[in-house]
Amino acid sequence: MSQEPLTIALVGNPNSGKTTLFNALTGRNEHVGNYPGVTVEEKYGQADSGGQRIRIADLPGTYSMTAYTQEEIITRNFLLDHKADVVIHVIDCSNLERSLYLTTQLLLIGLPVVLAFNMFDRAEAHGWRIDIAKLSNLLGVPIVPTVASKGKGQDELLAKAVAAANDPAASLARQAIPRYGDDLEQEIEKLAALAGRLNLPGVGHPRWLAIKLLESDAETIGRLQAEADGQALAQVMKSADDARKRVAAMYRDSAEIVLADRRYGFVSGACQEAVKHTVESRHVLSDYIDSVATNRYLGLPIFAFMMYLVFQVTFWLGNPVADLLDKGKEMLAMWVRTLGPEGSIWISLLADGVIEGVGAVLVFVPLIALLFLAIALLESTGYMARAAFVVDNLMHRVGLHGKSFIPMLIGFGCTVPAIMATRTLESRRDRLATMLVLPLISCGARLPVYALILAAFFPRRVVLNLLGLSMTNQALLLFLIYLIGVAMALLAVRLLRKTLFAGEAGSFVMELPPYRLPTVRALLRHIWVPTWMFVQKAGTVILAAVVIMWTLKTWPQLPPDQTRQFEAQRAQIHSENLPADELSQRLQEVNIQEHHDQLLHSAIGRVGSFIAPVLKPCGFDWKISTALMGALAAKEMFIGQMGVIYAVHERPGQQAVSLRQALVHDYTQLQGFCIMLFILIASPCMATLAATWRESGSIKWPAFQWSYLTILAWLVTTAVFQVGRLLGG
Amino acid sequence: MMEHRETPALPVMPLSVALVGQTVTFLGVDGGNGITHRLAEMGLTPGERLEVVNRGPGPFIVDVRGTRLVLGQGMVDRIQVRTVME
Ligand SMILES: Nc1nc2c(ncn2[C@@H]2O[C@H](COP(=O)(O)OP(=O)(O)O)[C@@H](O)[C@H]2O)c(=O)[nH]1
Repeated sequence: MSQEPLTIALVGNPNSGKTTLFNALTGRNEHVGNYPGVTVEEKYGQADSGGQRIRIADLPGTYSMTAYTQEEIITRNFLLDHKADVVIHVIDCSNLERSLYLTTQLLLIGLPVVLAFNMFDRAEAHGWRIDIAKLSNLLGVPIVPTVASKGKGQDELLAKAVAAANDPAASLARQAIPRYGDDLEQEIEKLAALAGRLNLPGVGHPRWLAIKLLESDAETIGRLQAEADGQALAQVMKSADDARKRVAAMYRDSAEIVLADRRYGFVSGACQEAVKHTVESRHVLSDYIDSVATNRYLGLPIFAFMMYLVFQVTFWLGNPVADLLDKGKEMLAMWVRTLGPEGSIWISLLADGVIEGVGAVLVFVPLIALLFLAIALLESTGYMARAAFVVDNLMHRVGLHGKSFIPMLIGFGCTVPAIMATRTLESRRDRLATMLVLPLISCGARLPVYALILAAFFPRRVVLNLLGLSMTNQALLLFLIYLIGVAMALLAVRLLRKTLFAGEAGSFVMELPPYRLPTVRALLRHIWVPTWMFVQKAGTVILAAVVIMWTLKTWPQLPPDQTRQFEAQRAQIHSENLPADELSQRLQEVNIQEHHDQLLHSAIGRVGSFIAPVLKPCGFDWKISTALMGALAAKEMFIGQMGVIYAVHERPGQQAVSLRQALVHDYTQLQGFCIMLFILIASPCMATLAATWRESGSIKWPAFQWSYLTILAWLVTTAVFQVGRLLGG
Repeated sequence: MMEHRETPALPVMPLSVALVGQTVTFLGVDGGNGITHRLAEMGLTPGERLEVVNRGPGPFIVDVRGTRLVLGQGMVDRIQVRTVME
């Protein structure tokens, strides 16, 4: 009996602390599959209570059982299909009325409901005294106060949920059924009688169906049409229509709005009886911060400045660590090369392939982690919602609204969860337009490429000292790249809105949560999950690609007579009796030349030379072209590929040539900048294309996304390179 | 008729002309039953009072039943409200 796990569904408004509670309940057993900050599909975790094994499903946040967005549909269907044994409704006690609105609907779905009165500490701090026993009586459900962020109340919560699940009949019998007043009840009863005759318990029980029919709920009608007998249904629909007309005539509002109003009436009544307010407003501090942060003139500049700070700090803290790791990587490669005889294939694979390639990518892990920290801070403090408010006007002008900006902000971390986050948008056209331009928002995987190029071609310089904050050329250039991305995304949206997705943007309503101090644990999770994903990618996809690249670059080898020529040159230099400095410099030049000839001779060199003409107008030679092909799979692959291409065999007594030095040796600043541009715009990575396919439901959208971005990249980069060259760059 | 003379009918106006700090009664949204329903479910039912907390360069932040809602630029023109006499 107790071996069968119980399933508990966690439901609640956004920002009720649901995710925090989920993590507290499931501890470390949580199945990490979702990207933190975006709960757009159900995710499961394990727990147990008194020996009973429990499976907990965290569902996307929702305000009601009327589904408006993709993620809300997931929650709603999960509950209506009774995929759980019991529902825990997570309630933000400092926002009681609005939260209990959802309860009034949950009481009808035929599952036992237990309420977690979360953020109980906040309600108390606001001076609210909630009479739990009374409210529990009025609603007919168990209520457990919890403070998820401090792990309080969870044992009792689980115990109550298990008890309710073990005796569903008794729980359901106790649950209050919100009444809507005589007139409406009459209509509901009539419809319920008709709906009962359809005999479709799978779609919902009669009262639920009656209410949904009265609301003319598209989703329910769709389900009925799929299952019910046509003629019987037509009769029910006709009665529902008549009932709606009668209600509308009586109340001068459509039935669904009257019903919503009644539910709030029910909730307000309950709250008035059970809650004593000693102090009002819970928004004092939040409002104070907002008077600046969302000020109509200051809001946008403040937002831009915060984003700039993100990049500056990421670089300022991350680069020194990345440099250290880079040195470590070089030393490791050098050491590995001493392990075997010169010319050993296995040593070369390990040193020039794996260490140079994968290592070049891993070196940038600190930067990535910092970037995710910054995004986590924006998200978990509640600032992201303000950003959406601040840019609403701007987004309105290009044909979207502020809410589309939230996926974009997430996209600064990684495009894949950003594409998933478009599920929060109500209109499908808004969603597709946002999805298609999201790759233009520069993600974390592109940061290493910029970091490499900037460090190589643009030595760090302080250009401006503002109130003790020194702006460096690197941070400003980086900011510029990101701005170019955002500007192009906005332009692309505008074009899409004029052509493929013409029409008004959907309506923008969003709750503004109070500002909150994030917990360290939540922040660590936000950093750890995506950073670890990045590392895993380096250890799998990128490793594989790097090994292929190394193979293609190593064969076919230079003919022996050419190798001998280089040997002779080196012997010649040694015999000239030069000072140590010059000696190593001259030797290095010969080495680079030999390496270069070998590359051209190799398989990859031949392929690269073949495609190079296409990218020549962008300022790229065959080496860059080859590395860019690697970047099709994942952007950071570019570095790995360049690392492999430029891995130069050490010879005793010679200095290593770092990737940076090699780049500066071969290319100009302008070419460096063009690489950044191309990486920014061209060809979204595989994972992005797959996500677009999945979320749009058709392969034509990722195909379109790939094509237009790659063509755009070519055009923009070519324009910049050609103009830059004319100006003498 | 009598009623009209005693309590002068306060004008109906779009939310977009309301001032920060002003409390108004929500009446409905022009041309959108779906969105009126959505708003109702988030607590903004017809007849409910709302206070303008902040207005940005387009969108509004309003207080409804103790929670803050952002109403986008595209909506504030279509939301009908009536001034409340204190
Ligand atoms: N004071 C307080 N804060 C909480 C509590 N539960 C969660 N939080 C905080 O509320 C914020 C939102 O929580 P989250 O779990 O992300 O909400 P969700 O949107 O419902 O998943 C986080 O910053 C949490 O640390 C609580 O019981 N008390």
